[in-house]
Amino acid sequence: MNASDSDDDSYNERTALVQSENPVVPSYRPEPDLNPPSDTPPKRSGVTRRAGPAAMDGGGGGGGSVGGSDQDVDADDEELTLKYGAKHVIMLFIPVTLCMVVVVATIKSVSFYTEKTDQQLIYTPFTENTPSVGRRLLNSVLNTIIMISVIVVMTIFLVVLYKYRCYKFIHGWLILSSLMLLFWFSFMYLGEVFKTYNLAVDYPTVGVIIWNFGAVGMICIHWKGPLQLQQAYLILISALMALVFIKYLPEWSAWVILGAISVYDLVAVLSPKGPLRMLVETAQERNEPIFPALIYSSAMMWTVGMASPADAQRSGHETDEEAEQSSRGAEPEGRQSRSIPEDDLEEDRGVKLGLGDFIFYSVLVGKAAATGGDWNTTLACFVAILIPFMDNLAAHQFYI
Amino acid sequence: MTAAVFFGCTFIAFGPAIALFLFTIAREPLRVIFLIAGAFFWLVSLLLSSLVWFISVQISNKDSAAQQKGLLIFGVVLSVLLQETFRFAYYKLLKKANEGLLTLSQEETMPISIRQLAYVSGLGFGFMSGAFSVVNILADSVGPGTVGIHGDSQHYFLSSAFMTMAIILLHMFWGVVFFDACEKQRWWAVAAVVISHLIVSCLTFQNPEYVASLVPTYVILFLMGVWAFYSAGGSLRNLKLCLTCKDKDFLLANHRPR
Repeated sequence: MNASDSDDDSYNERTALVQSENPVVPSYRPEPDLNPPSDTPPKRSGVTRRAGPAAMDGGGGGGGSVGGSDQDVDADDEELTLKYGAKHVIMLFIPVTLCMVVVVATIKSVSFYTEKTDQQLIYTPFTENTPSVGRRLLNSVLNTIIMISVIVVMTIFLVVLYKYRCYKFIHGWLILSSLMLLFWFSFMYLGEVFKTYNLAVDYPTVGVIIWNFGAVGMICIHWKGPLQLQQAYLILISALMALVFIKYLPEWSAWVILGAISVYDLVAVLSPKGPLRMLVETAQERNEPIFPALIYSSAMMWTVGMASPADAQRSGHETDEEAEQSSRGAEPEGRQSRSIPEDDLEEDRGVKLGLGDFIFYSVLVGKAAATGGDWNTTLACFVAILIPFMDNLAAHQFYI
Repeated sequence: MTAAVFFGCTFIAFGPAIALFLFTIAREPLRVIFLIAGAFFWLVSLLLSSLVWFISVQISNKDSAAQQKGLLIFGVVLSVLLQETFRFAYYKLLKKANEGLLTLSQEETMPISIRQLAYVSGLGFGFMSGAFSVVNILADSVGPGTVGIHGDSQHYFLSSAFMTMAIILLHMFWGVVFFDACEKQRWWAVAAVVISHLIVSCLTFQNPEYVASLVPTYVILFLMGVWAFYSAGGSLRNLKLCLTCKDKDFLLANHRPR
């Protein structure tokens, strides 16, 4: 290992024998961290601290193995900040990878999600079953335009609701969405899995299973629950959502939409008039966490000094899109929420990622798995996604 | 046959690499990041070489077997050269990143040394390369079927798995030797790495004479391993100390009492 490298001697001696002045970040502890973070950093220092890891991550690395990872000392150094960067990235790699694995595994085994039906979402009314390539391209672009406009409208609606403090409405909306996901979609999914493996299961059993799954999910996500259970539910829900998209979005539209959404995401987040940016700023003015719904958080912190206790409990929500009535707007929302945490009271160890990102990446990989029969393609997509994902994380830490 | 073959071949091919990953890399986020970046670089090199090959196949005469074989050889050589070029490019990138890290952090030493980077990036290359070689074969080995029913060799899966293991470990050794040679400006060593990569890849043209391709590959693997060990700073003395648990630096670094 890093034992007796001749060019590492001073490094070894120092860290092995002497407690370094720049101690190491403690290993990740999943239990709630109750000390009020010494870093409720004002936005300024938040930015500079993040500038560290951002530049680092951009340059190819965050933390480091100074002193070995099993030293349990705390610090608030630049070095520590760099380490946070790398650690956070890895803490998010794992759930994103899990989500992708679930999606790919389902796509490869359950044929339901790759069967092409003529049924499409109402958001993509133009069919792709046209004889000519040009017409097909035109249709997919039109579909994209419709989908993106729906998303924009929903986002603006959400921002307006938030600005005028219609919290009850928003919460009701989110609860409805997660209800649908947890009960209806998982029921469909279970049905398809049973069909694939030719298992005969009776309705009462399925009823019990779905009821338990859904009820525990609602509690975990909207109220309190063990962190890992909550994370598992969030991952499952993102996977379910991604599967729905993979099934119901026609091929070319899916790819064009994916491209357009990335562009929209950038615009909405970075431009001063963008709805997401306004949302972020409003939340910061009011010193509240943005929609604890729609966010995957890697470490829970239930602080006492939060603006509103209800929000504190909800850190770590999910739901995003629901196919039918809901907030497409929620999705870019979710992706934006990630930028908040750094400045909020939440955790100083954990990191958050919007569920929209999970879904986005899973749809990408799932589509690749569905279209090519080849595992190489899927693998290549997976690795190719992780790299910009890291840069993305770094960049968002930097820009907010 | 199927599940047993699948698991057996998977573990043969990826066992050592996964063990290395779990024990030395998985705990350090920075190393994991560099591993994945290394895998990505390999992927890009493969993309480029496959583009060239694809275009040349399209414009070639599809009926002539000799020409196709010639194209294949050309493709393999080009791919090897591109992979090594990208290894060099990754080396340059890492040097720059390290300098950046150094100036921004307040430590005098780098958080990750160039040797660790060499190891990690070599393993990244190896993982990706091995995965691309063998994943489809593994996927097929699960399903129903009989190997070699049309008269081909029955040892296809097994020898593919062994070859993959050799390639993964070789990539790691090549990474270590390559970076070390670049650091010390020893260009003959770099050339030796490239040539040995070419040899190993061209040996696979002997398939299905698996003995003729696997045995020399393993010999080269062993030699490269020894070379990598020495260039990473190992020596017989170190080895003895390590194996008898008397190596103080190692013990201290891992906080074990002795």
